[in-house]
Amino acid sequence: MVFPAKIRQFLGVTGQLSRFAGRFFKEGSKPRYEVAELFRQCYLIGNRSLPLVGLTGFIMGLVLTMQLRPSLVDYGVESQLPAMVGIAIVREIGPVITALIFAGKIGSSIGAELGSMKVTEQIDAMEVSGTNPFKYLVVTRVAAATLMLPVLVVLSDGISLMGAYLGVNIRGVTSFTLFYRQVIDNLSFGDILPAFVKTFLFGLAVGIIGCYKGYNSSKGTEGVGRAANSSVVLSSIVIFIIDLIVVQVTDLIGLN
Amino acid sequence: MNTATLPISTIDHPEEARPVITIEHVYKSFGTNTVLKDFCMTVEKGENVVVLGRSGVGKSVLIKCIIGLMKADEGSVILLDKDINGLDHEEMDKMRARVGFLFQSNALYDSMTVRKNLEFPLRRHWIETTREEMDAMVLEALENVGLAHTVDMMPEELSGGMKKRIALARTLILKPEIILYDEPTTGLDPVTGKEISMLIMDVQAKYHTSSIIISHDMHCVKRTAGRIVLLMDGRNYCTGTYEELSRSDDPVVKQFFE
Repeated sequence: MVFPAKIRQFLGVTGQLSRFAGRFFKEGSKPRYEVAELFRQCYLIGNRSLPLVGLTGFIMGLVLTMQLRPSLVDYGVESQLPAMVGIAIVREIGPVITALIFAGKIGSSIGAELGSMKVTEQIDAMEVSGTNPFKYLVVTRVAAATLMLPVLVVLSDGISLMGAYLGVNIRGVTSFTLFYRQVIDNLSFGDILPAFVKTFLFGLAVGIIGCYKGYNSSKGTEGVGRAANSSVVLSSIVIFIIDLIVVQVTDLIGLN
Repeated sequence: MNTATLPISTIDHPEEARPVITIEHVYKSFGTNTVLKDFCMTVEKGENVVVLGRSGVGKSVLIKCIIGLMKADEGSVILLDKDINGLDHEEMDKMRARVGFLFQSNALYDSMTVRKNLEFPLRRHWIETTREEMDAMVLEALENVGLAHTVDMMPEELSGGMKKRIALARTLILKPEIILYDEPTTGLDPVTGKEISMLIMDVQAKYHTSSIIISHDMHCVKRTAGRIVLLMDGRNYCTGTYEELSRSDDPVVKQFFE
């Protein structure tokens, strides 16, 4: 049986990505650990993304609240607005939107950076300098992306709720304490845990895909651009696939 | 003298000289394209050997096989008396501390200052130094290439010739016994190219290094070559000094010297 070329290409990329991910775990578990570079990457990745994630988070919370209010008013449950916004942000919108922004900002930057290093032989130069470039460049970046995205999602959720609080008060008056009590009281363990766990998976996916695309970019500046672009596209698709799987698993184990 | 007919084994080695690099029957293919076919050559201690050949014949592949960035499909590469195919990762790293590599594109880390670029090999090879010693080593390497004032500059602030010199300084900082130069004058104007060629000779005179220089810049070849190996069709087509090859009647050899 011969598969069409597109399917073979898809299976080929999936296989290579899986091997790349396997190598990440294998190399990452062996000493020597690049701790200093990991901290540097955590700082760079977290710091670079924070302003954008914060801004979009705030707008997201504000807009979501303003869009939800008319429907809730129609059903006479306007008082449930903070609870609904809180659940929507914490369970789904916060993690997914933050991960998509993270993929656009960090995935493309990792893809372009490693692609450019590959084209200009900097990766070879590291190897000649007694450095395992996979460990120094890939393991640290993937680990930093995996660790930093959950932190960014928590911050983004907090900022989104600030935006939501502003949204609630545009057409009404609700105290800060009441707003937050309503949000917190309506959140359960089953809302927070799966949402938090999937952010690690999103970060891992963005890191692995960005590094894979950059590390394997073809020669030339065109290859660097393609690496950056395709890492964003592929990361975004994979984020939705992971989200779908996590929701199904959460449902199966009864956390919904 | 038509050296094209000379078998490789007839290369004369002075009694006291010992090969620091021995390449024996190396094959390297990329898919169906065989780049190196039964390639053999040696480099003696303190010798500068230029590997000459047309673009795309596998000159860069050859030196990448020597430093272990690529693995030869067949054959052996003996570097400082050790077959690199038998070395594990740690042993290869130790070997690389003794062998410098000047990349065609310089390969300076563009996110680091010149100082950090030079410190990188020292740190990665776990060479135990104090801060003062490291500063002194960086300064010495930069003074060797006449660019001590660039220590805190970023690579993007440097000209092409300066980048080449800094890359050479980074190669020199570990005081390697062998230096592999991948087209050191490509992309440089003739004056800067001449300066780099002179620098290669100065380095050899000061540190008694052995070198393989990949080039098709005949000015650089003339200035730096103790011996020339002509790589053609994946094989060591002929070998000899610049004077010997420039007098050759072989049409393949002549085209490089016309």
